[in-house]
Amino acid sequence: MAVFETRWQPARPAGGWREWVEKIPIGYWAVGIILLIMPAGASDFVLFQIFGWTFILGMIALSLMLLGGYGGMVSLAQMSVAGVAGYMVAILGDSAITDISQGWPWFVAIPLALVIAVLFATVTGWLAVRTEGIYTIMITLAIAAAFFYFCRQNYTVFNGFSGFNGVLPPKLFGVDWRGPKAFYYLTLFWAAVSYFAVVYLSRAPFGLALQGVRDNPRRMAALGYDVTAHRVAAYAFAAIPAGIGGILLTWQSAQISPGTVGIGPAIDVLVIAVIGGMRRPVGAFIGAFIYVLFKTFALDVLVALGLSGERFQLLIGLGFLLIVFFSPDGLLGLWDRWQTSLRRDPLTGGERGAP
Amino acid sequence: MRAFAARHPWWTAVIAIAAAVLLMLIFLVWPQWLVAGIGRKKVFLNALFNGITLGGLYFLVASGFTLIFGLMRNVNLAHGSLYLLGGYIGFFVAEWTGFWLLAFPAAFLVVALLGVVLQVVVFQRMEGQDLRQTLVTIGISIVAADLMLWAFGGDFYNIGTPSWLSGPMETFFVTGVKRSSGDLIFLKYPLVRIVIFAASVGIGVGMWLLLNRTRIGMLVRAGVDDSAMLSATGARINLVFVGVFAFGAGLAGVAGVVGGTFQSIAPGEDIRFLLASLIVVIVGGMGSIPGAALGALMIGLAEQFGSVYFPTYAVVLTFLIMVAVLAFRPQGLMGRA
Repeated sequence: MAVFETRWQPARPAGGWREWVEKIPIGYWAVGIILLIMPAGASDFVLFQIFGWTFILGMIALSLMLLGGYGGMVSLAQMSVAGVAGYMVAILGDSAITDISQGWPWFVAIPLALVIAVLFATVTGWLAVRTEGIYTIMITLAIAAAFFYFCRQNYTVFNGFSGFNGVLPPKLFGVDWRGPKAFYYLTLFWAAVSYFAVVYLSRAPFGLALQGVRDNPRRMAALGYDVTAHRVAAYAFAAIPAGIGGILLTWQSAQISPGTVGIGPAIDVLVIAVIGGMRRPVGAFIGAFIYVLFKTFALDVLVALGLSGERFQLLIGLGFLLIVFFSPDGLLGLWDRWQTSLRRDPLTGGERGAP
Repeated sequence: MRAFAARHPWWTAVIAIAAAVLLMLIFLVWPQWLVAGIGRKKVFLNALFNGITLGGLYFLVASGFTLIFGLMRNVNLAHGSLYLLGGYIGFFVAEWTGFWLLAFPAAFLVVALLGVVLQVVVFQRMEGQDLRQTLVTIGISIVAADLMLWAFGGDFYNIGTPSWLSGPMETFFVTGVKRSSGDLIFLKYPLVRIVIFAASVGIGVGMWLLLNRTRIGMLVRAGVDDSAMLSATGARINLVFVGVFAFGAGLAGVAGVVGGTFQSIAPGEDIRFLLASLIVVIVGGMGSIPGAALGALMIGLAEQFGSVYFPTYAVVLTFLIMVAVLAFRPQGLMGRA
């Protein structure tokens, strides 16, 4: 029935865009407009450090959310994928290490970096999907560690311990893209693109099949879906937001070194995704925002409480522990539970408004 | 073995030739062309011995990990933290009492107790939720790493070897011939490493016997195969779980003392040994003690030979072994499909 209704729907009436505006919940409009006009009021530090970093980490966590939330595969190698893209931009493009960097123009270096990141993620995925559940975490952790040590010890291509510095975005359209406002809009744009791409993907046939594979791989295999191919493809697709995030991360700090792709950052990405919640794509950005706030202001809070500022990791770890202990779905899970408890009728215990 | 030889004559021949070459490399005096090709024999023998003894250390860490995993399907990513804590406890006990040997039971007991707390507070509450358990143990390891950094600082701790174990020991492996007199030169190797390796072999054999020849071992093996059925027969499965977890954690603590004597204890070692045990159990097969031994030996040797003969890519060699095993035998060398 539903198929017929949609197929025979008459052409949109003249005021169609108004209906379209009303269809999108008010919250989306509010967040969108606030994010767009933010540079008018916020300081450069807030724009560049806090929001720029939030969007970047959010994109990398989003790629983990796509794998973990829709694919059921928790990968710790997403930071390595981002690192591959960042390294490739430094190696193929320009950096201060002129005897390694090739100095190719940006329209070659950036797409090629993303392609290499996708290839890396595909190989990682091909290895990781041979196993399931917790094994995947272990294998991707091992891959992330191997990549970290490899970068640190290889001097001919990855320039070893010191990595690359002076990696700057191209001066496209005469704009300095590392300027706070420009960088803010750059990261916002790519974060929004990644977000909507993942939302779209989750409703597209591929995303639905991926969620089917997550819930019951045997049944999906019996229906004729190639389970392994779907999983590997998910790794490949997730590499794109991670790779863009990695390139932006490299530009933001103007450098990339093995420390960027170490085991600590790899686990931080997992922490971000879990704090936000892996159920919906927006969780990645919520988690990233909280993480960045923590990382930026924990020092002041700790000092104000009379503790040493070095205990930042402890605070993050305890927060992570509390969240996974009490709400495995992260903050989104808490929100959802609060919403359902609001809707519950105190007398019948059923949902309000339900027949 | 005979059945294997009959089924795979070619592989048997290859393995036999490889073993013969290895034995010749170990026992014969190297001719000049070989020394010119791959360096002096002393370097080779040292790498071999270091690899084997490092494998013993890896086995101690990984066997606890694999035992816990095999029985309870718990991935305890805080295992590295238990190792590090054991090392610190061992250091302070040895420092205060002056008895190196006392460090082992102390580390074992404290870390095993911590393991019991972990099992009761964390794992029993989240039984069957693999992912959540893993995440919680990651959280615990972050917190534990920072607490230990707070308590013990970022310094390197080295547990001193007692005088009766320190110093080199003359072995019967020939490294070369003296030019002047024609006497054979024998390899000298630190006594403490040999003793500790022997002890870890002893622990491994003991564990194998315990698992395969005793009633408790029978309970554990039955639990590995089907814990629901075992508890239906009236065995107190939770007690077995707690016991195995305590033992596995305690082994990590003992390994920490060993690691502190071999090398040193410092922040970051927890992740290094967690990764080592992950790779060892992935290579050897999850939940298999002989697999852990084989994997530990392979990884230890790969690391040492790699760092001697191609230092830049030593870590990558370990990783390549893991990839090869995953590609051709995803369940691990000794794992059950």
